[in-house]
Amino acid sequence: MILNLNLKRAIRTTAFRQALIYLVLFGVSVFVLLGFVYWWTVGITTLQTDDTIDAEITGLSEQYRSNGLTGLAAIVRERSRNERQSLYLLIDPQRIALGGNLNAWPDVPTQEGGWLDFPYQRPVGGKIVTHQARGRHLLLGNGYQLLVGRDIHERLRIEKILQRSLLWAVALTLALGLVGGLLMSRNLLRRVEAINRTSRDIMAGDLKQRIPVTSGDDELDQLAVNLNDMLEQIERLVMGMRQVTENIAHDLRSPLNRMRSRLEVTLMGEASDTDYRGVLQQTIDEASELIETFNALLNIAQAESGQLEAGKKDFNLSALVRTMAELYEPVAEERSMTLKSEVEPGITIFGNKHLMSQTLANLLDNAVKYGEHGDSVMLVLRNIDNRPELIVADSGPGIPEKDQDRVLDRFVRLEASRNSIGSGLGLSLVRAVAQLHCADLTLKDNLPGLRVGLHFEEQEIEQAQAKPND
Amino acid sequence: MRILVIEDDTEAAGYMVKGLGESGHVADHAANGEDGLAMASDGGYDVLIVDRMLPKLDGLSVVERLRAEGQQVPILFLSALGEVDDRVKGLKAGGDDYLVKPHAFTELLARIEALVRRRNPADVETSFKVGDLEVDLLTRRVTRAGTEIQVQPREFRLLEYLMRHAGQIVTRTMLLENVWDYHFDPKTNVIDVHISRLRTKIDKEFDTALLQTVRGAGYCLRDPELKS
Repeated sequence: MILNLNLKRAIRTTAFRQALIYLVLFGVSVFVLLGFVYWWTVGITTLQTDDTIDAEITGLSEQYRSNGLTGLAAIVRERSRNERQSLYLLIDPQRIALGGNLNAWPDVPTQEGGWLDFPYQRPVGGKIVTHQARGRHLLLGNGYQLLVGRDIHERLRIEKILQRSLLWAVALTLALGLVGGLLMSRNLLRRVEAINRTSRDIMAGDLKQRIPVTSGDDELDQLAVNLNDMLEQIERLVMGMRQVTENIAHDLRSPLNRMRSRLEVTLMGEASDTDYRGVLQQTIDEASELIETFNALLNIAQAESGQLEAGKKDFNLSALVRTMAELYEPVAEERSMTLKSEVEPGITIFGNKHLMSQTLANLLDNAVKYGEHGDSVMLVLRNIDNRPELIVADSGPGIPEKDQDRVLDRFVRLEASRNSIGSGLGLSLVRAVAQLHCADLTLKDNLPGLRVGLHFEEQEIEQAQAKPND
Repeated sequence: MRILVIEDDTEAAGYMVKGLGESGHVADHAANGEDGLAMASDGGYDVLIVDRMLPKLDGLSVVERLRAEGQQVPILFLSALGEVDDRVKGLKAGGDDYLVKPHAFTELLARIEALVRRRNPADVETSFKVGDLEVDLLTRRVTRAGTEIQVQPREFRLLEYLMRHAGQIVTRTMLLENVWDYHFDPKTNVIDVHISRLRTKIDKEFDTALLQTVRGAGYCLRDPELKS
C-alpha cells in the first residue's frame, strides 16, 4: 500500500513528467536511428548480392561467347563443385539440366530484369533444408538458359536479428527510462519531503529545525541553504522579539509598579499641595524615563529586524563624527576629561544617519559617564582600503574581557555601573546598528579603558564625490 | 492664540485643550479628519495640531488639502510613528514641525509657540536685540553693552536660535534638532553643557542674566526687566 502510494506520488512529480517527455523524445530518436541503421544495412547487403550475381553473369556470358556452350557447361560444373554460396543451373530447351548445383528450375515468376527470389533444397550436415535464394537468369539463345543465384539464407537471418534487436533496444530504452524517471522522481520526492517535514516542524513551533543539505551542492541544496539562511534570520528575529517582550515585562513592570504604588500611597493620607505636586513631578520624570527606555527598545528592535533597510542613504560620516565630537567635547571638559578627535574628511557611507548619530551618542555618553577626572576619550574615523573604521577609545574603567560579549545584550548592566543612571540598552543599540550597517563591532581593552571599534565593509561610492559639509 | 487640535483620542485631546487653555491660548478640538479639515478651512486659527492617524481622512491628507487650498497656517504633526521617514513625509505634506508621541506637554507648547513666531516678519531680520545683547547676522558680531563677545560658530548658531525665539521657551530637543540637526535623545546633559558655556560668555560678567533655565522645560532668552 505504502509503496503504491509512493509510486502514485512519484508519478505526479514534475521530475517524473519531465522524465516522461524526455523518454518519448529519446525513444523516438532511438527508433529512428536504429531504423536507419537497419534500412542502410539491408540495402547494402542486398545490393552486394545483386552485384555479385551480375558480376558472375557477366563473367559466364564472356565464357559462353568465347568457348561456346560446352565451355560454359564445363565452367558451371566446376564452379558448382567449389562454390558454397553461389547457385548455378544450365538447362537446354527441353528444360533438362546440363550442369549446376540446383536440382530444378525454380517454379516462381520472373521479375523485371530477369530476377527471381526462390526457395531451394540444400543438404546441411546430412539433412535437406530449404533455404531462400536470389538469382537472375540469362538467355543464351537456341532455348538454352542459365540461372545464377546466391543463397541469402544468412542475410535474411541477420536481417531478422537486426529487426529483433531494434525492437528490443527501443523496448529497453523505454523500460530503463521509465524506471530511471521513477527513481529520479522518488529521489526528488524524498528530498522535497524532507523540506516539507522541516517546514511542518517549524510551523509546529520548533524554530531550531533546519533542512538537511546533501553534499551534492545541486540546485536543491542551494535552495535548502537559502531556506536555512532565511530560517536563521527568522529565528533570530523571533528570538529577539521574545527577548524584547520578556525584557519589557521584566524591566518596565517594576518602574510601573513603583509609580503606581507611589500614587496610591499618596492618595491614602492627607497631604499638602506641595507634596502632591512633588509626587506628580516625580511621576512625570519616571514616565519620561519609561518612554525613553521604550523608545530605545523600539529603536533596537527596528534596527535588528531590518525594517530600516529602506531608510538607508549615502551620508557624510566624517561630518557626522566631527559635529558629534564638537557636541560632546564640552561635556567631557565639564567632567575634567578630554575628548580629542581625528577625523579623515570626506568619508561617506551608505546607512541610516539618524541611528548612526544615536549610536555615536551612546558610545560617547558611556565614555564620558564612566570616565573620571583626568580620563581621556579619543574619537577616530579613518579609511582603511576604502573600509571606514570608527573608533571610540577611552581611558576609563573599561569592561572586563569576560563581560565584553554580555554587555551587548539588552538590559545588561555591570555591577560597577549599577548606581549610575542608564537603562543598559546603549550598547545593544550599537550592536543592532552595526548589524544594520553590516559593520563588525569590536570591544577591546584599551589598557586601560575600553576601545570600541565599528569596522564598516567596503563602500562602493566614490569617496571624492562626498560633499565636505553634508 | 487660537489653536485647533485634530486628534481622535478624545481624552488626550481634552488634556491638550485644557493645557493650552491654562497656558493662555484658546483651543478647539476636532475628532476626525473631515471635521478638522472643515474647521481649519474656515480659517481663523493661528496654529493647527494634527494627528497622523485619523478616522475618515488621515492627517497627511488633511494637511495636503489645506495647503492645496492655499492655507498658510503653521501646522504641527503629532504622531506615534517616529521614524525619520515618517517625519520627512509629514514635512513634505506641508507640516511645519513633527512631534512624536509620547511627548511632554511643555515640548508641545514650546514648539507651537516657536512655529507661530517663525511666521513673523522677524525671519528676514538681520540683527536681533535682547536687553543690551545684540547679534548681527551679517557681520556675525555679538556684543553686550557695547563689548564684543567672541563666540564659536556653533555657539553663534545656538545664540541665533535663542534670539529668534527670544521670550519663548525652547526645549533641549528643539535645540538639538535646529542647531545640530540631530533627532535623538542624548542621555546626558549635552545641551545643558553647551548652554552653560554660552551663558558664561554672554551673562557671566554682567549684572542681569538673560539666558534662563526653565525647570522641567528648557531655556528662555529674555530681558527680565521687560515686562511681557
